[in-house]
Amino acid sequence: MTLLEFARGPAIHASLIILVAGSMIRLVGVLALTRGADLSRPRDVFGNFKGYRTVFSRAWPSDEFTIVTRYQTAMAYVFHIATLLVVVAIVPHIEFITSLTGLSWPGLPNWIGVALGTIALVSLIALIMRRLSKPEVYNSTVGDYVTWIIVALPLITGLMAFAHVGLRYETMLALHILSSALLFAYFPFSKLMHAFWFLFSRAQSGVAYAHKGVRI
Amino acid sequence: MATQPTLGEVLQSQGVSRRAFMKFCSATASLMALPAGMGAAMAETLASAKRPSVIWLSFQECTGCTEALTRSHAPTIEGLIFDFVSLDYHHTLQAASGDAAEHAREQAQHDHAGEYLVLVDGSIPLMEHCSTIAGISNVQMLKEACADAAAVINIGTCSAYGGLPMAKPNPTNAVAVGDIITDKPIVNIPGCPPMPLAITGVIAHYLTMGGMPELDHLGRPQAFFGENIHDRCYRRPFYDRGQFAETFDDEGARKGWCLYKLGCKAPTTYNACAHLKWNNGVSFPIQSGHGCLGCSEPNFWDALAVYDSPAKGQFGDGAKLGAATVAGAALGAGAAVLARRKKTRIAEEEESAS
Ligand code: SF4
Repeated sequence: MTLLEFARGPAIHASLIILVAGSMIRLVGVLALTRGADLSRPRDVFGNFKGYRTVFSRAWPSDEFTIVTRYQTAMAYVFHIATLLVVVAIVPHIEFITSLTGLSWPGLPNWIGVALGTIALVSLIALIMRRLSKPEVYNSTVGDYVTWIIVALPLITGLMAFAHVGLRYETMLALHILSSALLFAYFPFSKLMHAFWFLFSRAQSGVAYAHKGVRI
Repeated sequence: MATQPTLGEVLQSQGVSRRAFMKFCSATASLMALPAGMGAAMAETLASAKRPSVIWLSFQECTGCTEALTRSHAPTIEGLIFDFVSLDYHHTLQAASGDAAEHAREQAQHDHAGEYLVLVDGSIPLMEHCSTIAGISNVQMLKEACADAAAVINIGTCSAYGGLPMAKPNPTNAVAVGDIITDKPIVNIPGCPPMPLAITGVIAHYLTMGGMPELDHLGRPQAFFGENIHDRCYRRPFYDRGQFAETFDDEGARKGWCLYKLGCKAPTTYNACAHLKWNNGVSFPIQSGHGCLGCSEPNFWDALAVYDSPAKGQFGDGAKLGAATVAGAALGAGAAVLARRKKTRIAEEEESAS
């Protein structure tokens, strides 16, 4: 079995199983928990509605924080949007998703894919630079850096494979698939779960604050 | 054996002009990235070379490799490979049959011990009864023939890497020559079939340089298998622009767009098809509108389905993902129920304590 056969066979298969099973364990395990009984009268009759609204309204920091946080907020947006587009809109990825689900849609031209991948990588580097230069703001753990590396690897290998540079294509492709497999397997047990949690945690904070009458 | 004519004499008797011969030599020398001036030296050496004795063994094969070679560029010089060598044994091409044929092989092995070349097409079944010649199993014949050989040249993917006979479920337990013969220099010229010029090139190299050319990690001559087909493909601009044929008869297919989505394996395939082409340089599979099958790569038949692009995964059983979702949800629910129980218990204990 070659490296590529291993990558696109057992490795990616096992990592996807870990991804879905792990994500379900964490999502259902947390969401099925009860919240404590609410013994106080809400300060705001529209509290719950306003709380859920924060999911969207806090998609950008509130005015007070705009200036201090705009660098990482903007970079984070650039990173997330570019990454998402690369993941779902370049032809090899669509081919991969088709082989898994049977679904397909038109892809972006390859040169746009390379541009988006580059943008994603540059913004990811911009974000880690800020984290490194402001340790007092981030209180980073080892896990944060491990996560950064695990996210950066598929981007780097993917860009190289896609642009046909570096090692032979089959090796780059295998490394890209293996690094993606690592990301998938790591995902449910790391902060990457924020991809799901951001909805619930933002709503939960919004509801709790709205209940207390905080202006949100 | 009777005194053999030199290669030059043979070619002359075939009506091959010196000019055509020189052209072939310089083309081959430059193709094989030999130093400048090697073309003339090659012509010199080749012309005076004695033709080496060749024993061609055909095992589990389809004769496509021989077909490709004999029908290649006839009547150009590559087609005259058989005049380069003294083909002492070849099932399909020799006139002798039965005992006489086997005797010719034994005679060649004996007369040219240590000097003859063994060319093999076809894989070798380890279930020995599956393929025999004159009552001799393929394994046994290969071992016998290779015992005193100078070198072994595998013609085609089957002898080089097992090829189609080795594809799942591999009913005959087929293996490649290199799995059995480990003490001789082996050159792989894979392909289904291989490019005729690669075969003649290797033999010309052997005759002029007295050894085998530089090989890659899969035992293939760098000169012919060092380049990726996708890198040399004339449809590459369409790949870069993201213009793909979606079916074999859509507008993209008619306009000659990239065949990646139709399963072209060229991005992971190394061979000279895209620049040397077939049928006297007329065309090659991608040019004719079909994606590359990746036939010069080991295990190409099982690696991915013919019409699956290289980016597709192989998931065995996709239902396992569904099962994993359900199992994960059940585990998560179980964990939540336990946590809830614990919470209730603690609350009750606190209440009874107060
Ligand atoms: S047809 Fe095949 S080799 Fe040519 S550009 Fe497309 S994928 Fe590459």
